Amino acid sequence: MSTADAPALAGPGDPAVRAAARLVRDLPPSPALWCDGLRKRYGRRTAVDGVSLSVGRGEVVGLLGPNGAGKTTVIKMLLGLVRPDAGEVMVLGRPGSDPAARAGVGYLPELFRYQPWLTAAEVLDLHVRLAGADVPRDERHGCLELVGLAARADDRVGGFSKGMQQRLGLAVALVARPELVVLDEPTSALDPLGRADVRDVVLALRERGVAVLLNSHLIGEVERVCDRVVVLDRGRVAASGTLAELLGQREVRLHLTGVVPAAEARLAMAGPVERAGEWSTVALPADDDGTAVPDLVADLVALGVRVHAVEPARISLEERLLGILRAGSGDGRS
Amino acid sequence: MTARTVLTVAGLTLREAARRRVVWALLALTVVLLALSAWGFSKLVGLDTELGTMTSGEARLVASLLLNLIMFGLSLIAAIGTAFLAGPTLAGELESGQALVLLARPVRRSAVLLGKWLGLVAFGCGYVVLAGLAQILVVGATVGYWPPAPATGLALLGAETVVLLTLALLLSSVVSTMASGIVAVGLFGATWVAGVVGGLGQALGNDGVARVGTVSRILLPTDGLWRGAMNAFQDPIALVQMGPGEGGFPFLSEAALSPAYLAWAAVWLAMVWGLTALSFSRRDV
Repeated sequence: MSTADAPALAGPGDPAVRAAARLVRDLPPSPALWCDGLRKRYGRRTAVDGVSLSVGRGEVVGLLGPNGAGKTTVIKMLLGLVRPDAGEVMVLGRPGSDPAARAGVGYLPELFRYQPWLTAAEVLDLHVRLAGADVPRDERHGCLELVGLAARADDRVGGFSKGMQQRLGLAVALVARPELVVLDEPTSALDPLGRADVRDVVLALRERGVAVLLNSHLIGEVERVCDRVVVLDRGRVAASGTLAELLGQREVRLHLTGVVPAAEARLAMAGPVERAGEWSTVALPADDDGTAVPDLVADLVALGVRVHAVEPARISLEERLLGILRAGSGDGRS
Repeated sequence: MTARTVLTVAGLTLREAARRRVVWALLALTVVLLALSAWGFSKLVGLDTELGTMTSGEARLVASLLLNLIMFGLSLIAAIGTAFLAGPTLAGELESGQALVLLARPVRRSAVLLGKWLGLVAFGCGYVVLAGLAQILVVGATVGYWPPAPATGLALLGAETVVLLTLALLLSSVVSTMASGIVAVGLFGATWVAGVVGGLGQALGNDGVARVGTVSRILLPTDGLWRGAMNAFQDPIALVQMGPGEGGFPFLSEAALSPAYLAWAAVWLAMVWGLTALSFSRRDV
C-alpha cells in the first residue's frame, strides 16, 4: 500500500499522537541490565541454569553465592564475553549481542590484568578510545586520583602490585562515564583501606544514578552498599529481593523470670517463641510497625513477669544466605 | 566505531612490539647480521681460492647465492619474530585475562582481530622490507651486485611474513601461546624442507618426490612465495651457470611466480583470516 492510499496520517498535533508520546515518555526507563533464562553448559556440567535477573537504573545489586555457583559466568554472559546456550540479555536498553550496548558499561573482571608495557594513564586512554567516549585529560587523571594511583600515572603497569592493578581496574571501569558498572570481586586483592575505598566508590556511583552489579564474597560489603541481592546457587537463582525483603524477619531476645502461663500465651501471640532457660526469642512479624516490642514488654510487666533484658536481634545477611544455601542443598539431597 | 577500534588496536599492537625487549633483540641481531655480511661480501672480491682468484662474474654469482641465503635468514627471523608476537597477542591475552576488559568494550571481535593483524603486518613487513633493503644496499656497495627485481622480491618476502603471521594468529585463537608459535614456525620449516625435497625430485626426474614440494606449497604458501622472492633477487645468469641439473639447489629458484599462485596465496590468506575471525568471535573468554 502506498502512502497516497493511506488514510490521512496523524500529525504531531493530533491528540492521539500526543497521548502516545506521553505514554512513551512516561514509560519507566529500560533496566540497566536484564537477562532472562540464561543457560550455559561446559561439557556435561551445567554452569548456569535458567538465570533471570535485572538491575534497575541507578540501582546497586549484589550477586552472592558459594564458589562455583556460576556468578562470574553469568556476568560474562551479560557482557557478551561468553556465549549463552539459551536466554536473552539486554544491556542499557539494547540487545546484549550488539557491541554498541556496552558503550556505557564499565567492567572490572575477577581476573584483572592490564597491558604491562603501558603506563596507568595510557591504559585509561586506551579504554576511553575503545569506549568511544570523550573524556578530558583532567577527568581521566581524576579517576586515577579516586583510586589512589595519581602519583603512579606515568609508571608502567608491569611494576604494579596486585592490589594496585585492581585499583587501576576500578579506574578503567569508571573512566568512560559508565551508566552501568559491573564489579566482579572488586576487593579480592585489596587491604581493608582499599575495601573501604571501593565501598565509598560504589556509594558515590549510586548517588550519581549509576547502576552497579557487584559480585563479592564479602557479605558485609554487599549488605552495606546494595539495594537488592540476588543469591545464586549451583547455577540457579536461589533467592532475590531487597535487603528488607530478604532480612525481613526480625527477632527480639528477652531475659524473663516469673513467667506465668498467661505470659507464655502473650509471648506466643507476638510470634513463634523459642525458649532456652530464662531466655525467650520471639520472631517478630515482617509487617511490624515498631509497636510490637514495647506493647509486649508492657503486657508482660502487667502480668507480673520480671523483665531483665530486651535485646533486638536482626538476622544478618550471612545467616540468611547460609539458611538459603543449606535449604537448597537439603532439597538437592531429598 | 569499527574503524576506530581497528586503528586503536593496530596502534596498540605496534606499541607492544616496540616496547617488548624481544623486538630490540631482533633489531640488534639484524644489525649484527648486516655488519657481518658487509664484512664477508667485501672479502669476496679478489678472494684467493684453490682454483685461483675469483673473477668479478664468479663473485656476482656467489653474491647472488649468498644474498638469497641471507634473505632466507632475514625471512626466518621475521617469521619467528612475528609468529612469537602473534601467539601472545591473542592466546596470551585470552589466557592472562587482558582480553576480558578489552572485549567488554563496545568493540566487534573481528575489528579487534583486524587491528591486531594490521599491527603485526605493519611490524613484520616493515622489518622484512627495511632489513632486506639494507642487505641489498650492503651487497650493492660491497660487490656491486644489484638484484633484478628488488621491489618484487621484498614484496614477496613481506607476503611470506603475512602468510605466516596469519597462520600463527589462527593457531593462537585455538591453542595456547607457546604451542601456536612453535607450530607456526615448525610448519614454516617443514614447508621449506618439503620445497627442497620437491626441487630434488624435479632435478632427479622423480615426479612423486617433486609433487611433495608442490602440495606443500599449496597447503602453506610460505615456501612458494619465498621461491618467488629468491627468483627476484638472484642473478638470472646464475641458473644458466649452475646448469639445469642443479634445480634442486635450495637457494636458487627456477621460475618467477605465476599470477595464479599469487591469487591462490591471496585466497589462502582470506580463508585463514576468515577462519580465525570465526573461531575468535565464537570463543568464550
